[in-house]
Amino acid sequence: MFEIFGIPSAALFGQLLIGLINGSFYALLSLGLAVIFGMLNIINFTHGAQYMLGALTAYLLLKWLGLGYWEALIVAPIVVGAIGIVIERVFLQWLYKLDHLYGLLLTFGLALIIEGVGRNYFGSAGLPYTLPESLRGGQNLGFMFLPNYRVWVIVASLTVCLGTWFIIERTKVGAYLRAATENPTLVRAFGINVPRMITLTYGFGVALAAFAGVMAAPIYNVSPNMGSELIIVVFAVVVIGGMGSILGAIVTGFALGIIEGLTKVFFPEASNTVIFVIMAIVLLVRPAGMFGRRA
Amino acid sequence: MERVVDPTTQKGSALRAQSQTIAFVVMTVALVIAPFVTYPLFVMQALCFALFACAFNLLIGYVGLMSFGHALYFGWASYISAHAAKVWGLPPELAILVGTVTAAVLGLIAGSLAIRRQGIYFAMITLALAQMMYFVALRAKFTGGEDGIQAVPRGTLLGLFDLRNDMTMYVLVLVVFLGGMLVIHRIIHSPFGEVLKAIRENETRAISLGYKTDNYKLLAFVLSATLAGVAGATKAILLQIASLTDVNWPMSGEVVLMSLVGGLGTIFGPVVGSFVILAMQYKLAFMGEWVLVIQGVIFVACVLLFRRGIVGEIAHRLHIKL
Repeated sequence: MFEIFGIPSAALFGQLLIGLINGSFYALLSLGLAVIFGMLNIINFTHGAQYMLGALTAYLLLKWLGLGYWEALIVAPIVVGAIGIVIERVFLQWLYKLDHLYGLLLTFGLALIIEGVGRNYFGSAGLPYTLPESLRGGQNLGFMFLPNYRVWVIVASLTVCLGTWFIIERTKVGAYLRAATENPTLVRAFGINVPRMITLTYGFGVALAAFAGVMAAPIYNVSPNMGSELIIVVFAVVVIGGMGSILGAIVTGFALGIIEGLTKVFFPEASNTVIFVIMAIVLLVRPAGMFGRRA
Repeated sequence: MERVVDPTTQKGSALRAQSQTIAFVVMTVALVIAPFVTYPLFVMQALCFALFACAFNLLIGYVGLMSFGHALYFGWASYISAHAAKVWGLPPELAILVGTVTAAVLGLIAGSLAIRRQGIYFAMITLALAQMMYFVALRAKFTGGEDGIQAVPRGTLLGLFDLRNDMTMYVLVLVVFLGGMLVIHRIIHSPFGEVLKAIRENETRAISLGYKTDNYKLLAFVLSATLAGVAGATKAILLQIASLTDVNWPMSGEVVLMSLVGGLGTIFGPVVGSFVILAMQYKLAFMGEWVLVIQGVIFVACVLLFRRGIVGEIAHRLHIKL
């Protein structure tokens, strides 16, 4: 053990690690928001509720079907993504020609419904989710204790984030997607089924949120409220990063997680508000956001 | 854009100018009778929310700015006026004034940040800033954290009227509400208001005509925050409590819902909407958390099927302006 700026190393690195974990969730969620906004022109307020649904699905899979963490990591995003596809077909597809505002209002309403139903059936208190045997324990690095699960979360979310970036920026499907974002009518004229692409994009964005939710389940308790406060922070992250750039969303997410973690060490009173303060500063200095173009 | 019942494109402006006056008179008469036929406390509470919703509607309906963080001004005004009345011992009129000024200052700060971005970002910024101030309220000593500020004295208005009497209180709330409505009416029918509507319709065009639209948007934002502050401060004195509920994000959502149900961009829509939503909350209080679900369903239904809202639909059917 040693000290840095009078802070014990274990505390400092411990908070940094928590910061990185939160950063992973910020990155995954803001990535999903950016992908959805690009195609649907809708800010998906339901994103937090869908993140919660991911965690809840993992919990129910374990309780009802005895399916463990690894299965949940695959099944929950598919289930919640499918729910997302239904939501897109039933509700969202009618809004594309209207003002952005209506998308926000409708998804806000959906978030209230999902969260309300969750609270009725599962209460506001958290439900514990046990960690799989294979990910328990950790490494003692001398200057800190490194739990295996947290390393896994960071690695997994980085992989998924970069994979998404690769698909969108480097593959043919991604090229179609980017083209449809710029000019859907033209892409349709080339014989590509844009409405189906929009539906699948929404499903994919929602699945990303559910994936984050499953990974969050063992760290935080599974509770119906877990998404609503997170989503507001993620909105701030999106304002800071701008939604124009996939890589920008990922970098901003992780960076803000780390900054938040460090704030917890050096100035704990401000840890809840630091991201919002950074947002205010960014708006003053670079109104278009760190990676955004002036609209 | 469909959300706005555009006052300038319909025919027969003389008749429509009257329709608003008639509606205002009918509303005033109804509100004078109301405390004798129903619970005064309910009407007073609804009037505070109605003013709050009208203030919110001033932005979305007449400037096209969607604030998703209006609880910030409502809640903080109620905290400050509750603190002023209870700890500083200020009379109610000064307590409300202090709360209102606080809301105006907060509106100036938040507004000058939020107008730097357009559209959907504007909504996210206002929401994020409101959440930040929620955390500040949660941590600050004077707000009493989870307990809030309780047992706020209603006091004596101007040293003459004892507000512990519900009827005296009712007169104060009604005067505040009607005053707020008249201020809003004045704003949207002034040359300033015409520029606001121009910004709503086509901001680029307004800029090219030489208007400094940022200044107009900021002033409109501050006015809206101030009126929301009046509503919050009055509510704190009325219910003798200021709590976290009033600054948290569901409150920001609730005021949106009230305006949406009543009719965005109509003068009387938010008033009707707040009475409807508040009545629903009273009637359905026994259903606990399901109220949240019902509110969500109303949101979805309004957006998909009923975008004009109650008053907007009536105005549309009768070809009048309300």
